[in-house]
Amino acid sequence: MKFAVIVFPGSNCDIDMYHAIKDELGEEVEYVWHDADSLEGFDGILLPGGFSYGDYLRSGAIARFSNVMKEIKKAAEAGKPILGVCNGFQILLESGLLPGAMRRNESLQFICRPVQLKVEAPHTMFTSAYEVGETITIPVAHGEGNYYCDEQTLAELKENNRIVFTYAGSNPNGSIADIAGIMNEKGNVLGMMPHPERAVDSMLGSSDGLKLFKSIVHHWRESNVINA
Amino acid sequence: MYKVKVYVTLRESVLDPQGNAVKQSLHSMSYKEVSDVRIGKYMELTIEKSEKDVEAQVKEMCSRLLANTVIEDFRYEIEECVAQ
Repeated sequence: MKFAVIVFPGSNCDIDMYHAIKDELGEEVEYVWHDADSLEGFDGILLPGGFSYGDYLRSGAIARFSNVMKEIKKAAEAGKPILGVCNGFQILLESGLLPGAMRRNESLQFICRPVQLKVEAPHTMFTSAYEVGETITIPVAHGEGNYYCDEQTLAELKENNRIVFTYAGSNPNGSIADIAGIMNEKGNVLGMMPHPERAVDSMLGSSDGLKLFKSIVHHWRESNVINA
Repeated sequence: MYKVKVYVTLRESVLDPQGNAVKQSLHSMSYKEVSDVRIGKYMELTIEKSEKDVEAQVKEMCSRLLANTVIEDFRYEIEECVAQ
């Protein structure tokens, strides 16, 4: 399976993402610059964390108009797996690929530490390797991760099991319904604030993030490779 | 040409943690009369005159980029002036 790591001016988790896929997962991966015209040949798309365009105006607001976003929209419609982490999640929200918006953390502080997450939706292409209700440890690192959506959207997210991860125990940023990650209606676009690519080796404190990437590959093999 | 002032604020239904922190600070400075503080953004745009309707353009810019209407409201003032 071949992944694209999209690089915006100001991305800073792109190398971690690349490392997770290449060295820990053992799959193909390439960096793709934000002005690329095509994402042909890629089976999965990863939007890494960082501060695209310096977070000017709002996090993700300017990146959303990058040339490559047209291709990402097409890939989303085609059902390809798309994962946005942290700033990547913020870009998916600004672009309308996922509903809602981010506010500053309730504490107004930048939070950088491992958190406990509950896997709320284990039967997705991103979470099939996790157990039902499993609690995992993945680090967060953000100043604007306080997820917000209106009541109608929240009800819709709940009803269709689109809340994929919630913060277990304490909520670090004040997000509505303890939301840490949500997916689109089709189930192929996931946005999450915690960084699974930073939790792929027990030497780094946790390898719980690796299962997320393994789930994506597993799903892709099942639907694309004969005799998988 | 036009000088346009754009004000973007969090919607009333959305909690403003920055505004709350500033309000508390004002209270601790004994400005107890302050009942609410909302923090927003202020932008100045200079727009050349064209055949396009300036107000429609500003509105579109606000809703597409300058504000995120999921959590923010915007308002604007448009002033026509002579280029110097």
